[in-house]
Amino acid sequence: MIIVFLKALKRVFQGDVRYYAWVAFLLTVIGFGVSAYLRQADQGLIVTAMRDQVSWGFYIANFTFLVGVAAAAVLLVIPAYLYNFKPIKEIVLFGEMLAIAAVVMCILFVVIDMGQPLRVWHLLPLVGTMNFPSSLLVWDVIVLNGYLLINVLLVLYALVRLAAGKEYKLALGLPLILLSIPWAISIHTVTAFLYNGLSARPFWNASILAPRFLASAFCSGPAIMLILLQVIRKLTRVEIDNRAIFKIAELVAYTMGINLFLLGAEVFKEFYSGSVHAAPLEYLYFGLHGKAQLVPWMWTALAFNVSAFVIFLIPRLRENLLLLNIGAILIFVGVYIEKGLGLIVPGFIPDALGEIYEYWPSATEGMIAAGIWALGALLYTIMIKFSVPIYTGELLKKPARG
Amino acid sequence: MKRIVFPIMAMVLYGVLLMAASSVAAPVVPDAESGKRGDLPRFLVPSAVSRENFPCSRCHNFRAADRTKRKLKEYHSNIELKHAEDQRWCYDCHEGDRLRLQNGRLIAFTESYVLCGQCHGTIYRDWKAGIHGKRSGEWDGDKLYRVCANCHDPHKPRFSSIEPKKPPMKPSDIKDR
Amino acid sequence: MEENGRRRNPLGLKLPRRTFIKGALLGLGSAALLPGQAKAAWEAFLQKNFREMSDEEIREVIARLEKDAAGEWGKEIKIDASKAKPGVKFGYGLDLSRCIGCRKCVYACTEENNQSRTPQIHWITVLRFAKGEKWLDLENSEKYYNPKEVPEEGFFYLPVQCQQCENPPCVKVCPTKATWKEPDGIVVIDYNWCIGCRYCMAACPYGARRFNWARPGIKAEEINPDTHYLGNRPRYKGVVEKCTFCVQRTRAGKYPACVEVCPVGARKFGNLLDPESEIRYLIKNKRVFRLKEDLNTEPKFFYFFAT
Repeated sequence: MIIVFLKALKRVFQGDVRYYAWVAFLLTVIGFGVSAYLRQADQGLIVTAMRDQVSWGFYIANFTFLVGVAAAAVLLVIPAYLYNFKPIKEIVLFGEMLAIAAVVMCILFVVIDMGQPLRVWHLLPLVGTMNFPSSLLVWDVIVLNGYLLINVLLVLYALVRLAAGKEYKLALGLPLILLSIPWAISIHTVTAFLYNGLSARPFWNASILAPRFLASAFCSGPAIMLILLQVIRKLTRVEIDNRAIFKIAELVAYTMGINLFLLGAEVFKEFYSGSVHAAPLEYLYFGLHGKAQLVPWMWTALAFNVSAFVIFLIPRLRENLLLLNIGAILIFVGVYIEKGLGLIVPGFIPDALGEIYEYWPSATEGMIAAGIWALGALLYTIMIKFSVPIYTGELLKKPARG
Repeated sequence: MKRIVFPIMAMVLYGVLLMAASSVAAPVVPDAESGKRGDLPRFLVPSAVSRENFPCSRCHNFRAADRTKRKLKEYHSNIELKHAEDQRWCYDCHEGDRLRLQNGRLIAFTESYVLCGQCHGTIYRDWKAGIHGKRSGEWDGDKLYRVCANCHDPHKPRFSSIEPKKPPMKPSDIKDR
Repeated sequence: MEENGRRRNPLGLKLPRRTFIKGALLGLGSAALLPGQAKAAWEAFLQKNFREMSDEEIREVIARLEKDAAGEWGKEIKIDASKAKPGVKFGYGLDLSRCIGCRKCVYACTEENNQSRTPQIHWITVLRFAKGEKWLDLENSEKYYNPKEVPEEGFFYLPVQCQQCENPPCVKVCPTKATWKEPDGIVVIDYNWCIGCRYCMAACPYGARRFNWARPGIKAEEINPDTHYLGNRPRYKGVVEKCTFCVQRTRAGKYPACVEVCPVGARKFGNLLDPESEIRYLIKNKRVFRLKEDLNTEPKFFYFFAT
């Protein structure tokens, strides 16, 4: 088995021109990100556009979006294992790897957003002073790391079994898999509660936040998966049944429908009741006191989401692979805008004392964020490059030793 | 000559020192005449005395008092009365080196707050309790109370507007190096 | 695994045990001779949460911090760690009928509490509202008013700073317990424990907390050397700070700097547990209100109108 793993590891460094170009590109972006982070570590977070009025920005926006992506890996797990839908069962592995990459990116986004990252050990129990159960941030740290652990174990378990030429034994993995379902829902619920519990921010302090988080997670994560699965299918020997892809697309349609419905519910509540608390939503879609920087973005996101919903809803449309991919990209971008800057920034606009500071990420912030995305992409690429040969069994030509 | 100049200079110096002391928020040695009297505060920062005119008896002992309400032209012309000037004028509150209450009783300048308190009863009450006026001293010990005339010009008490300090920087103007 | 009766180590080296021990001890010994700076840096990294330190540890930490600050800021400073006095709970009163919006409090606070000048940090925000319109319409308030003279006709002014809540949302959310409410009611921050996550800033309904987006920029001659560990000692890049009711002054019996500098006597302060205090008098006799009371944060900052 170790021989198989070593062989697979060797494969990570072997590939065609496209592979090397891709990795080189990712490493370049990571390099830029690292240099930008060094500047931030030296000068402080002043290199970002965040200020006291908008104290969380692009980094936390990316974190929020990625927690959703990580949670959505479970959307593949539910039909695969609970309904034994075979076409999906085989590709759950790739979903779990996406969850791993996404959680790693989440953790990175949080760490680079901290003013004193070396002090992160203060969060730990026993050695530090962990504020459990009061602080939702602590809950988030616990569930995210737990989720990472669960997915790593699941992937390792699958790879170990595959490397030995066997099927995954459900009996051994099932408890962990079943745990991963509520756990995935919990990571996103805890993240939602992080914002939800703040009475200081009326835009977030709405019961609809947690359901909206889950709905948007469960359409954006699988949308990414749809694209990734097709890439894997194209570039490797892995066979992925179209039925799996279309089933995922169908589920995405329903979750996007729920997402749009919940958005509609929020819009109704704020604009019909018309209290001062409607200000953040007004800022997003219509501008407030002449400040309208995010307005075109929000309408674009809405247009993308509605179009994608239509594409995924109608079987004839979603089974056209070109339209499917367009739809997936539309969802990815739409939810990224809506849940990223479209969620974090209006929580602070207007701020607690009514001031409007229009935040837009600085170049440094963008570079560091791009670096982390590139790192996640590289991690996923390496995981795929490592696991696909094991998965397809092509490394099992000789029996494993020891 | 020296006998007149010296006391005047001493009084001028005393007045200047008192003004300087009262404008700094540091505990000041209380005037011997003030002290705890019922519900009155213990440590009073006295108001400054007029440099040119104190003591009043210097001139007013030698002049006949013309109590007709009029606008003064020869002396005290720099004092503009904008404080219920339709109802009163100088002799309603001043009597030689003392101040005159409504019931005719004369009080010292160091107790000027009693005079003000006649009309401004609610503020007088708040001031005695410590919630009117500039606060300094020790919150748990010797609190410093200023007499009314310390902050308010008795003849023209309304505060004039002042220039505000600079507004804070806008967040978009706070930049890195 | 054993081979040929002799143990084989992973490095494949033939290293007699005695030589190894000697080398290890020598290495450790030389490590102990680390330059003082590295040792100090290590101690700084491992510093505990203030509330977990014994009095002896606090003394040691303060000695090190005073030394650091002298090196960092070019001025000798004293860091006090006086505890809250029993039977004291601080309360604040702000007379809205008097405030003229001159901002003297803002700058007195900056000087007393060693706030960064570049980038600029102000713990106190003065808001201007139009009279006769929506009461406390925060959205239409103005923070950047800059007329030639104040007060302006038709406006009133409302300064806001940390409300020192009895039920502080910032304390609730801090993941590392770096901020807490002291027995005398002041919500404080341990600047050496804060990880700079800014969750407390998101949680504060009054916009009272400030973050050091860069290293604080203060000139040595502007530094106030009388500081408190939990109050106005010079801070660091990447940590949160806020009004502490001038803990360095109030625990020594003095009024906060903002109270003393106010030229029109709009600011009041005292011990809420003392029935004879002026703060209790004004709560009893004036109509007081607090900001955003519906959030149940129970601020100890009372606004009132004396007239």
